[in-house]
Amino acid sequence: MDATRITAPANSTPPKSAALSPGSQRRARARRRNTLIPFLLPALSIFTGLVLVPIGLGLYTSLFKWNGFGGLPTNFVGLDNFVRLFGDEIFLGDLRRGLVLVLLSLVVQLPVALGLALLLNQPLRFRGIYRLIFFAPYVLSEVITGVLFTMVLSPTGGLVNQIFDVFGIAGQTWLSDPSRVLVTMFFVVSWKYFGFHMILYLAGRQDIPPELTEAAMMDGASTWQIFRNITLPLLGPTIRISVFLSTIGAIQLFDMVWVLTGGGPIHASETMAVTLFQYGFRRYEVGYASAISVTMFMISLVFALLYQRFVLRRDTEGAVTRTGDIR
Amino acid sequence: MLAAAAAALLPACRKDDAASGSKTINWWHIQNTDPMLSVWAGLAKQFEAAHPGVKVNITPLENEAFKAKLTTVTQAGNPPDVFHSWGGGVLEQQVAAGLVKELSGASASFLESVSPNGVKLYQLGGKQYGTPYELGMVGFWYNKELFAKAGVKSTPATWGELLGVVRQLKAAGIVPIALAGGDKWPAHFYWSYLAIRQGGVAGMAEAAKTGGFDAPAFVTAGAKFAELVALEPFQPGFLGTKYMANDGQSALMGNGQAAMELMGQWAPSIEAAYSTDKKGVGDKLGFFPFPALEGGQGSPTEVLGGANGFAIGKNAPPEAFEFVKFLLAPESQRKVAPAGVLPVVQGAEDALVDPNLKLVHDALKSATGFQLYLDQAYPPAIGQQVNDSVAELVAKSASPEAVAQAIAKTAKNQ
Repeated sequence: MDATRITAPANSTPPKSAALSPGSQRRARARRRNTLIPFLLPALSIFTGLVLVPIGLGLYTSLFKWNGFGGLPTNFVGLDNFVRLFGDEIFLGDLRRGLVLVLLSLVVQLPVALGLALLLNQPLRFRGIYRLIFFAPYVLSEVITGVLFTMVLSPTGGLVNQIFDVFGIAGQTWLSDPSRVLVTMFFVVSWKYFGFHMILYLAGRQDIPPELTEAAMMDGASTWQIFRNITLPLLGPTIRISVFLSTIGAIQLFDMVWVLTGGGPIHASETMAVTLFQYGFRRYEVGYASAISVTMFMISLVFALLYQRFVLRRDTEGAVTRTGDIR
Repeated sequence: MLAAAAAALLPACRKDDAASGSKTINWWHIQNTDPMLSVWAGLAKQFEAAHPGVKVNITPLENEAFKAKLTTVTQAGNPPDVFHSWGGGVLEQQVAAGLVKELSGASASFLESVSPNGVKLYQLGGKQYGTPYELGMVGFWYNKELFAKAGVKSTPATWGELLGVVRQLKAAGIVPIALAGGDKWPAHFYWSYLAIRQGGVAGMAEAAKTGGFDAPAFVTAGAKFAELVALEPFQPGFLGTKYMANDGQSALMGNGQAAMELMGQWAPSIEAAYSTDKKGVGDKLGFFPFPALEGGQGSPTEVLGGANGFAIGKNAPPEAFEFVKFLLAPESQRKVAPAGVLPVVQGAEDALVDPNLKLVHDALKSATGFQLYLDQAYPPAIGQQVNDSVAELVAKSASPEAVAQAIAKTAKNQ
């Protein structure tokens, strides 16, 4: 209780006590503020300097036509950049592709990770080794993964095409076919991240007390019934967090795309972050790029808030949402 | 708050440096592979030895990394003292922001012996903002052995003949052209050259002024390029191929897996660097200029090319001017020529040893018109739009008219 109170926001209601006079209540509140400020100040100033100020600057420059050179922008254009943005084929395509990536990871990547986690929770020979192997790709950086897969997927002598060759299938172009590149890229992203989600699920699964499953088995529940009615609901908090991380990751995807395809061919694998980089650092249209970054920020923010409010509410109840009300 | 405080501190530090007499020249160049990496390092040492107390701090960067890193430091208003520059539109933006020092008076005297076609690329509003150390051009590099194997008797002199050669090579089961579609700029060479052949260098200058890239000459250029694309002359998966990679355009040429590429004077050295045996195809490599276009107004002696050079940053010490002058001295230029750099200073040509590079140098000398690479000549937004739109033409997802209109739209929006 005490710990919660110290970290609670300054505007939270202090504990009500009939024994304290209004004056001593005020003094107690002032004392608490005097303790809080020095502790909060370092974190707050870093947060302001590195997060709030850049967000404000981004918002400001997104209202200008500006190439980013020298001093502050002067050519004020109002909301023109945003108007242009929502008529921009490439940006609208980014939104579409982002949605495809999110849906694919929800429908393919996470179920596969869940299945593997449940499998590797069974008593199995070399279980530790399997876990290690499946988790290993996550340790690689995105850039290294990207470089690795440009070689694996190379149309001239890449590993995948050589394996195809053994089975007599003609070599395919994986990263240079506009209709195929996005799905190919999704598989590379999944290859890197499924191990991470698997470990999350594995940890969540191990938190489920074995008594529950045993009791269900006693009552004659089938494996599917146990999974459906015990494992899945109790994994709920983990799954909700994993969906959240996966979605935010898809919105911000950059490194891997940049190394694998640079967003091409003909923008078929471009994401919002890649478009942002192209305009900001290739075309030097910093004002327009700022508008993209502001939009990207808004999308992430709105998604995060809605998700917190409607999906994560049960999981965070009492930890974040209600701290102020604890008495 | 913190960022603002840091920004306020940084320039202050620099001034203290200058006041205490420390003379460091920060030099960013893009020759991050040998032989040039060592040649530049050697020249910097030589300069340090001749100027006691001066230190040259070299940062060699890969081409794309250089562009990204330079953008951040120039946008922060803190450019390196001496840095690589291709002249043209990017330099113009840097000059407009007051980031580059002018070469004038005594510090510009050496420019008299430098090739005027190259010097012009660094001139803005009658002032000189940098100097080239190399002037080069784009042309076709071809594999003589593969041409002979397909029964091609002579190099093509017209666009029609080139299409014929492509058909002949394809019939012989050879990949006619290596193209790095993933990098975009190698494809823009075709479109630009065809536009030059159709409308002449004068037509390009006119379009640059008015943004009229939807003029008939540009549509024709796109249509002619589409004729080539329709023959499917490129290697499998060319839309994702990079220029510098072990399965890239340069590697395909260096390993003898493709018959030709349209590329600048640096092609032979990059082909060798990315080939499996690190040697390239050696003597089998030949060069021919971009063919003439039937019915075009441009002369076949007009060339598309560009310079590599240096600009001097706004915080540079006076020694930086000395250093650039030293790099452009005939003795220094004679040292870079054997490493595959086409010298710009009179009296250094004879240090060129490679017969193909001599061909390029001669073609440049007799050129009647010179057009800088479009992605350098124009402001970056237009240059990138050219690259993007031409990439769509190569992928057959846009018509020649749509390409011309997209570029014109971006150009008029600037």
